[in-house]
Amino acid sequence: MTGEMQRFHPLQRLLHWVMAVCVLAMFFIGVGMVSTVMPKFLPLMATHKSLGIAILVLVIVRIAVRLRYGAPALPADLPPVIRLGAELSHYALYALLIAMPLLGWAMQSAADYPVVIFDGFRLPPIVPQSDTLHTLFWDAHYYLAFCFFALVLLHIAAALFHGLVRHDGVFEAMAPVPTHPRTAPAE
Amino acid sequence: MSDTHRPTPVGSLALIAVIIGGGAAAFAYTAGWFSPQRLTPMKMVAAFAPPGGPALGHRRNHAKGICFTGTFEANGAGTEISKAVVFEKGEYPVVGRFNLGTQDPNVDDATVRVRGIGVQITTPDGQVWRSAMIDPPFFPVSTPQAFYDLLKASKDKAADAMKNFIAANPEFSHFASWAGSAPWTASYAEEPYNSLNSFVMTNKAGEPKTVRWGIVPEAQVIPVSQDDLKKLGPNFLEADIAKRVAAAPQRWKLVVIVANPGDPTADPSKEWPADRRKIDVGTLTVTKIEPEADGPCREINFDPTVLPAGITTSDDPFPAARSAAYMKSYDLRTAESKYYPRTPTGEKQ
Ligand code: HEM
Ligand code: HEM
Ligand code: HEM
Repeated sequence: MTGEMQRFHPLQRLLHWVMAVCVLAMFFIGVGMVSTVMPKFLPLMATHKSLGIAILVLVIVRIAVRLRYGAPALPADLPPVIRLGAELSHYALYALLIAMPLLGWAMQSAADYPVVIFDGFRLPPIVPQSDTLHTLFWDAHYYLAFCFFALVLLHIAAALFHGLVRHDGVFEAMAPVPTHPRTAPAE
Repeated sequence: MSDTHRPTPVGSLALIAVIIGGGAAAFAYTAGWFSPQRLTPMKMVAAFAPPGGPALGHRRNHAKGICFTGTFEANGAGTEISKAVVFEKGEYPVVGRFNLGTQDPNVDDATVRVRGIGVQITTPDGQVWRSAMIDPPFFPVSTPQAFYDLLKASKDKAADAMKNFIAANPEFSHFASWAGSAPWTASYAEEPYNSLNSFVMTNKAGEPKTVRWGIVPEAQVIPVSQDDLKKLGPNFLEADIAKRVAAAPQRWKLVVIVANPGDPTADPSKEWPADRRKIDVGTLTVTKIEPEADGPCREINFDPTVLPAGITTSDDPFPAARSAAYMKSYDLRTAESKYYPRTPTGEKQ
């Protein structure tokens, strides 16, 4: 059965892992920066915005690549509920990868802050200044950040479960480098 | 394929639990959930609140204020020290706010020692420079932590709270003597306003210079005793500035002060010697006054780290702390905006 599962295209794997590192960093930078008044607040905030917008660009590329190359089928013996959960959670991850940066950008726009990324590149506001919109986007960015983090933890737990307990090739399909079950020298 | 090399399911599940639990714990640690001692923006902002709680919908500090619009006319002299477009000869639109260093938006003007100004200058390329300045020549304390301690001590009922604070932060007595002896004026237009914090300006050749800046009034300064101010009514400053500006534009010179090597650039409680090089870079002109409630300054956060290319923060720890605290104050007050109506109660829009 392990041999049946195809792997994601190398470009998909590259994007997945680069973005995984970026997104994990974003969670930590996000909660770290809002809980400090030390000088590091400023570089953290600047990095948060730059990396966040980079994620927005990368996810657009990633979705295009996904539409082009598709995804390997999940193992046939995966219970339907789990299969549904996997698919829905992946949609949710994509949705959050798009929504979080847009909400951050919109929140800053609604507050009339200049959105400057990568030390001097200025983005236009995407919504007009508005107290109501600022509060709405702030709340959404805040609460969704925690949902996103919880979902990523679940996603990692599931990936490790496939890789360490089920050994069904799902982990290997996304593994950054070829791993044991697919290309073991013994095979 | 040999399953013998693999950990048992129980071992694997335990490993997964450790990884996920560790991730969640690291996140909580980063967020400060295990560090009640950490000075967070929320704690800093909450420390301003008077015993009855903050004035909802208003700035958490410098809560009383009035909006203005006007221009900054650069004379070109600033280009020597900074490549910022705002220093190139020309006239740029300004939005600003005269304000009082208080947490009470309805305070009696004569009771507030510190007066301030928020200024935003926009250049045609869309860059903005925001600066929030005050009239004392130096700040009461050396560090953001000490400012927090001051806020705490000043609200502490314990008899020796302030005494202990001053013992730990002797620089404060310098400020206290300024507050006790500096002359008062009857007008926002007669005050100088100082950045106090230092910043770094970089010119086209890439040479960095640490600077502070301030605006110096053109209006004649007439000292008035605090007792006489008390007779002028609770809102005399706003009435005065509205009347003056309606009669004629009010002007200030914007002066950049360049540090010598070794000057205390990281400590706004320490003045630089008077002989430091001063560059007059242009004129701020206030042409229109508008009430804050529905005025153009209301929703601006005069965050001192909003700077155009050519100006950056320095080793002064205050601008970062201010940026973090102003953002929190902004989040709170915009979420509470229904408590601060844009039109006087009862009045139709
Ligand atoms: C994948 C993208 C992103 C993630 C996962 C993310 C995550 C977070 C997290 C976890 C916080 C801390 C919430 C809290 O504890 O208060 C935060 C705050 C913040 N984020 Fe993001 N963010 C993302 C993108 C962006 C972008 C693109 C911007 C702006 C251009 C942005 C602007 C902000 C701001 C300004 C705050 C502080 C809000 C405040 O307290 O006023 N974020 N973000
Ligand atoms: C912030 C971090 C992460 C995000 C946002 C993320 C997002 C995603 C998304 C959207 C997919 C669906 C791919 C598709 O069907 O097009 C996916 C698949 C996958 N991810 Fe992640 N991921 C993250 C971290 C991780 C980590 C740390 C691991 C491993 C421990 C991992 C393992 C996998 C695996 C094995 C798949 C393949 C699932 C399948 O075959 O359908 N991911 N990830
Ligand atoms: C760590 C030190 C400081 C803290 C925590 C602090 C905190 C605050 C807060 C919370 C506000 C309200 C912001 C808003 O809601 O928009 C404010 C406004 C203001 N602060 Fe500070 N401040 C600090 C240092 C300074 C310094 C050094 C100066 C002057 C040199 C200054 C001048 C002002 C002025 C003029 C305003 C009013 C700006 C406006 O009109 O919106 N502050 N401050």
